[in-house]
Amino acid sequence: MITQITFYLFATILVLCAGMVVSARNPVHAVLFLILGFFNAAGLFLIAGAEFLAMILVIVYVGAVAVLFLFVVMMLDVNFNQLREGLQRYAPVGAAIGVALLAELIFTVGRLKLVPGVQEPTLPGPQISNTEALGRLIYTDYVLLFQACGLVLLVAMIGAIVLTLRDRPSARRQNISLQHARLPADTMEMMQLEVGAGTDALGGFIRPRDGYGATAEPIDARALPARRSDEKLGA
Amino acid sequence: MEQFFFHTVAGLVVLTVLECLAILVPLLMAVAYLVYGERKVLGAIQLRKGPNTVGPFGLFQTFADAIKMLTKETVIPSGANRALYLLAPFLTFVLAMIAWAVIPTNNGWAIANINVGVLYLFAVSSLGVYGILIAGWASNSKYAFLGGLRSAAQMVSYEVSLGLVIVSILLVVGSLNLNDIILAQRHVWFCLPMLPMFVIFFISALAETNRAPFDLPEGESELVAGFFVEYSSLAFGLFFLGEYMNMILMSAMTSILFLGGWLAPFNIAPFTWVPGPIWLILKILFVLFMFIWVRATFPRYRYDQLMRLGWKVFLPFSLVWMVLTAGFLMATGMLPVGSANGVG
Repeated sequence: MITQITFYLFATILVLCAGMVVSARNPVHAVLFLILGFFNAAGLFLIAGAEFLAMILVIVYVGAVAVLFLFVVMMLDVNFNQLREGLQRYAPVGAAIGVALLAELIFTVGRLKLVPGVQEPTLPGPQISNTEALGRLIYTDYVLLFQACGLVLLVAMIGAIVLTLRDRPSARRQNISLQHARLPADTMEMMQLEVGAGTDALGGFIRPRDGYGATAEPIDARALPARRSDEKLGA
Repeated sequence: MEQFFFHTVAGLVVLTVLECLAILVPLLMAVAYLVYGERKVLGAIQLRKGPNTVGPFGLFQTFADAIKMLTKETVIPSGANRALYLLAPFLTFVLAMIAWAVIPTNNGWAIANINVGVLYLFAVSSLGVYGILIAGWASNSKYAFLGGLRSAAQMVSYEVSLGLVIVSILLVVGSLNLNDIILAQRHVWFCLPMLPMFVIFFISALAETNRAPFDLPEGESELVAGFFVEYSSLAFGLFFLGEYMNMILMSAMTSILFLGGWLAPFNIAPFTWVPGPIWLILKILFVLFMFIWVRATFPRYRYDQLMRLGWKVFLPFSLVWMVLTAGFLMATGMLPVGSANGVG
């Protein structure tokens, strides 16, 4: 009785949230409704006794994926009315995906088999926690498919990195090992000045010979008139 | 009486509510005295006295501050998204509380001793970012927004290594149940064989709770107060409570995963006389002291240094350590296979 009430509660909120994700005017609200939807899906998993899947759903989708969604949506200046103009054009694609998902759902729920001879996985007994049951299934019968999923994700990850990796020469990067390897002799020069003579007697200021990725040769101070102390004072 | 409490739905509900109160009321008191303790410890480290005026030794300082805060006006910025602006502090506060449902305080003592306790804790701690992100966005203020964005990137980054550390613990234990994890440390606490993971977990916990030296989301010197710059009165108080409760939660998590939870340090007479909850509290206090100690000692990280540490140091290291742990267990035949409900 209580289980049924909670099921219909979660299911109703889930469907409402799914509707709001599509129809919400504010993109940030849409993402927040998506998150609420995830929570309700996790609740449904819990009712079905799949506590491992419920927690993983919350950790992966709510804790990581949706955070990045929200992150991007908050920063983008999305004009939703503009997006709606393309609705007519993209509707067939969306409908096709929807039909494919619906077909998958019907196959699963109706236990229809397209390939003959495939055995249904045997359900483990109640003495095994569903974390372990899932682990046994994934790492034995379906290990190849599981590894293939991992490879697909790896390719997606490498793709994302390649797309966003730009070598900007203007970026100032910190090289910590270079900083640690720096010696006083590389950066400082001790000078003996006569009293009242000023640095010009020694040929002006000499800048560090080897800065962070700067030119290795010493810079002639006289080539940089703006840095000379007397001219600065005069100006 | 027993019939009512243990065999009827209403009785079980009453019992659970009482259990929740038994955890939450001491927890809120603990927050009050954590704030006081933090100020005292910081004072001692910086050769000051700390709060010493309100009540004996300044013991009522936090309550005076709380009363002052509650009597302030609640300000909602005119450009703010009202619903989300008010939702954010409640979210932070609630998330900091619900995690305590699975924390075992003695052998089998938890409001919910569930099979996936570690995952539950990890899930709740990974949700904490929403309170901050929503607060930052809904405030409609530049500083708050920058704080929120920083926080999102920071918490997502450090969660990855936090997760890998937890996975290497789970490899050793062979169960996701928190009670089993503690029982697996009967002979040796995990902080010894897994010392590098302990260090990584502690530092990642600092980053997850936005504590110094990783308090960039609030960064007073650059973002004024970061994500909660627009909040005042009760809403601010809820953020404040949530932050300190998260600190205690992370300390409890560290104690359970690495310091043996409610176990006594040695399984011999004078130590075993002390009940389990006391040991857990002592361990939590020790970790909390380290949190405060770190705050008093280290300067704030720069943002790129923070990201470098998370992705280029902690992530590869914890990944390699996880593979090493699995390899070692496999080679020595100690991999806990087939023990679904506890360690062999």
